[in-house]
Amino acid sequence: MALHSAIRGKLISVIGDEDTCVGFLLGGVGEINKNRHPNFMVVDKNTAVSEIEDCFKRFLKRDDIDIILINQNCAELIRHVIDAHTSPVPAVLEIPSKDHPYDASKDSILRRARGMFNPEDLVR
Amino acid sequence: MSGKDRLPIFPSRGAQMLMKARLAGAQKGHGLLKKKADALQMRFRMILGKIIETKTLMGEVMKEAAFSLAEAKFTTGDFNQVVLQNVTKAQIKIRTKKDNVAGVTLPVFESYQDGADTYELAGLARGGQQLAKLKKNYQSAVKLLVELASLQTSFVTLDEVIKITNRRVNAIEHVIIPRIDRTLAYIISELDELEREEFYRLKKIQDKKREARSKQEAHKAELLKKGIDVREVANILDEGDDDVLF
Repeated sequence: MALHSAIRGKLISVIGDEDTCVGFLLGGVGEINKNRHPNFMVVDKNTAVSEIEDCFKRFLKRDDIDIILINQNCAELIRHVIDAHTSPVPAVLEIPSKDHPYDASKDSILRRARGMFNPEDLVR
Repeated sequence: MSGKDRLPIFPSRGAQMLMKARLAGAQKGHGLLKKKADALQMRFRMILGKIIETKTLMGEVMKEAAFSLAEAKFTTGDFNQVVLQNVTKAQIKIRTKKDNVAGVTLPVFESYQDGADTYELAGLARGGQQLAKLKKNYQSAVKLLVELASLQTSFVTLDEVIKITNRRVNAIEHVIIPRIDRTLAYIISELDELEREEFYRLKKIQDKKREARSKQEAHKAELLKKGIDVREVANILDEGDDDVLF
């Protein structure tokens, strides 16, 4: 698998609101695989938390995805799943969404780093 | 920790040598692991600093990207569904490379362009310039995020490895080395004890021999007094032949 994936480039997947998804798709990260599974998920206000959770878990299981971008407000909803994901690959990245400013203190990774840096440094 | 905690070993010179070698080995290992931990820690701090820097930068870039999306929407009209439905192949993909820090492999992501732009014709009617700018903004955002992702992955990996290394360093320093020290002390005390015993035994034997000799002398003197000279009487078995071995 390692050799296989080294030849074929890995994907970036996006979980987020419509605008975030559209933006990144225009940036050229979107792909639909043979089974018609997209590598992005549009979350609107009607999307259930369990749906996001399932989608996130599905992305974690796919071996062609290396980076998962997730809006921070979505990440907040499934925080326990993100915290439970400890392996380095795929990397889960929290990104600010259009209508929610980025809060560094909520980030899973930066929260782990807080022991070493005081919060004032984080929001610098 | 109790003083009884030591390796189950028989106290002997050989075991002492063995323990000394092990102690030297443990100290060497401790030094090396400590160096490794320091190297990792240094890299870790560097990455942490970079992560915080990049995260802040990411906020800026994302804001700009979102703003250009709004701009493009204003000129082109709503194109969300068109974009969402027209996804086929990814244009930006990720390559993974390996970086090595003190024997720890860190994955490094690298993005590269692959294939043609799916949305080449988007914004052909109007707002093409805004769309081009939008694409460019999001592409740079993706680049930044990929960089951030590799930093973050390194962070997670290093965090884990540093924990393990520190645990090992502490285990050697606080458990293994004291245990070997205690074993050595035990061996030395046991050997001393043995030596004292041996010395005492030798003294005792000497005493016994002296006693026996004085008794014999007394016996001989007594016989001499009676007129029997036993001094020059040789052993009958002693033939006086020094060459005979048996």
